[in-house]
Amino acid sequence: MNVREKKERQSGEPCMIWDATLESLAWKSRGWEQVCRYQDLEPADSSMEEENETRKINNSFLRDHNYATEADIISTVEFNSTGELLATGDKGGRVVVFQREQESKTQPHRRGEYNVYSTFQSHEPEFDYLKSLEIEEKINKIKWLPQQNAAYFLLSTNDKTVKLWKISERDKRPEGYNLKDEDGRFRDPSTITTLRVPVLQPMDLMVEATARRVFSNAHTYHINSISVNSDLQTFISTDDLRVNLWNLEITDRSFNIVDIKPANMEELTEVITSAEFHPQQCHTFAYTSSKGCIRLCDMRQAALCDKHCKYFEEPEDPSTRSFFSEIISSISDVKFSHNGRYLMTRDYLTVKVWDLQMENKPLETYQVHDYLRGKLCSLYENDCIFDKFECVWNGSDSVIMTGSYNNFFRMFDRNTKRDVTLEASRENSKPRAILKPRKVCVGGKRRKDEISVDSLDFSKKILHTTWHPHENIIAVAATNNLYIFQDKVN
Amino acid sequence: MEVSAEAKRIMVVALGKLYSSRTQRGGLRLHRSLLLTLVMKSARDIYHAAQTTTAEGMEEDREDQQPSEVEMTTETSGTPELQGPASLPLMATDADVQGRTQNQENTCLSGPPHHTRKRRGKATAEPDFLPCKKAKLEYGTAQQLIVTSVLVDYANCSSELGPSPSPIPLQTVIAAC
Repeated sequence: MNVREKKERQSGEPCMIWDATLESLAWKSRGWEQVCRYQDLEPADSSMEEENETRKINNSFLRDHNYATEADIISTVEFNSTGELLATGDKGGRVVVFQREQESKTQPHRRGEYNVYSTFQSHEPEFDYLKSLEIEEKINKIKWLPQQNAAYFLLSTNDKTVKLWKISERDKRPEGYNLKDEDGRFRDPSTITTLRVPVLQPMDLMVEATARRVFSNAHTYHINSISVNSDLQTFISTDDLRVNLWNLEITDRSFNIVDIKPANMEELTEVITSAEFHPQQCHTFAYTSSKGCIRLCDMRQAALCDKHCKYFEEPEDPSTRSFFSEIISSISDVKFSHNGRYLMTRDYLTVKVWDLQMENKPLETYQVHDYLRGKLCSLYENDCIFDKFECVWNGSDSVIMTGSYNNFFRMFDRNTKRDVTLEASRENSKPRAILKPRKVCVGGKRRKDEISVDSLDFSKKILHTTWHPHENIIAVAATNNLYIFQDKVN
Repeated sequence: MEVSAEAKRIMVVALGKLYSSRTQRGGLRLHRSLLLTLVMKSARDIYHAAQTTTAEGMEEDREDQQPSEVEMTTETSGTPELQGPASLPLMATDADVQGRTQNQENTCLSGPPHHTRKRRGKATAEPDFLPCKKAKLEYGTAQQLIVTSVLVDYANCSSELGPSPSPIPLQTVIAAC
């Protein structure tokens, strides 16, 4: 038998043949298996005790015993553009970066595992004295810059401030200084009798993170998203009412390109909920609103892009109108497809794929958890109706994924129109265990293995997920746990 | 009527959430406050519409509210995770709402009849429901009735509150947010 078949038998998977002409996922013959799980990520490495500019772990008095678990709640996950690195941000303002283990011939099954690469404190809690407001350190979004040299760069943001972090490796250090000892103490100049040139000696690999830029004081309201432009020179940061354009090199100035603040705040009817640059066109970006509409803007038209060039909205279905129609139609996330022809939006109950050429209705609508439509009043009372779910494309734009409750997450295949519900849970989490599709029973007789709507755990929600840019590897954040799954085909 | 009872409940919950969001870490969230205000506004509109259409049936309405509220709780009793924790803070925030609206009323009574405009919330700008200054006296009593009935019901439910509060104009309640 050939090598491939032998590998599959060893891992316990059913033997299968990959059909190269099959363009879509066939759920019955493939399985998502768990690669690894991280919990309560602790800063383990000594890279924290480095240069003065590197931030140390915050042990301030603001973190008390009860905060300990809340600070570990993961608030954002993002693969970088090659998929080699995976960054997570948490409520405590920390960023943990994972790196994919290199392929090794001696241990082929270990490829695909991600290990902690760097941990640093990105944001600290702040206090705005003018407004008597505390500024949360929770990381709202992380966006990677494409790699241009040996170092990695990412943007991370909390409610008010965006920071550019440089993550670099150091595996050599200079030794043999003239004025300093090996341990750093200054030598008495009178004892120096010879002159030598310091030599670079190898040392244990150290990964250090330094804040290279801090973009602050540009947002009155809370930042909900950031997006790097395809020109790799600018980025936008978006709050409830404004979108600001920054140059990555300039921190003391930004341009306001969208401003929907009304002259009279009493007339406020909608806020901006997210914004993203087009993946290829550096002059185009889209922003979504709490009213469920998307506006596409062209920065070449005017300095202030208050006039959209495309407006996407689906007329409301009057039969589904309820008290909560406004809340559930608010868009929580927007993502352009990788090919730039579509965009995807997530509102409380659905995911919609829009064709950029068609403004009056979405191309596709997927029901994420329609069984919650009858529970909206309870979800309103326990605040779950305000949860902001994110959505993500796979690398080829053929599958979309989003989270739900009970640690469920859903994938929709756009070509076959098939969908699957999977669960990120500790009970099922043995490494290499294949995920079993889950099903929610909506009434009537509950079959074995199905879960009834009433037994769903609404405190376990998957809001943040990310998909590897090229491969079928996904990272799913379930409260304070990070799950990484991959779909083994070959 | 079930619809008006639900509308009332939604309004009170929205008020409670708006109040508690003031003490939330990170400051007032504009998006959340806007959504709550929109929900409260539509609930209020529906409640007001229901009240005016069934004005003559108000007596039966009050008697119905007790069984309809029981109905709502039994319907959702199958979801202990949702209902249990939700109802406890609901009661607590109502007590809060009562206390704070009373304080607000006390401070406002001494002031001029036109409350500070800059404190008015987003919902109060809608002209079709709220009266302009001229028509204030005319509509004032209708609004007082709405808020009173909403707050009195919950005052009766929670025994620690004592006598029911005097009618508070709706603008004051929203301005207090």
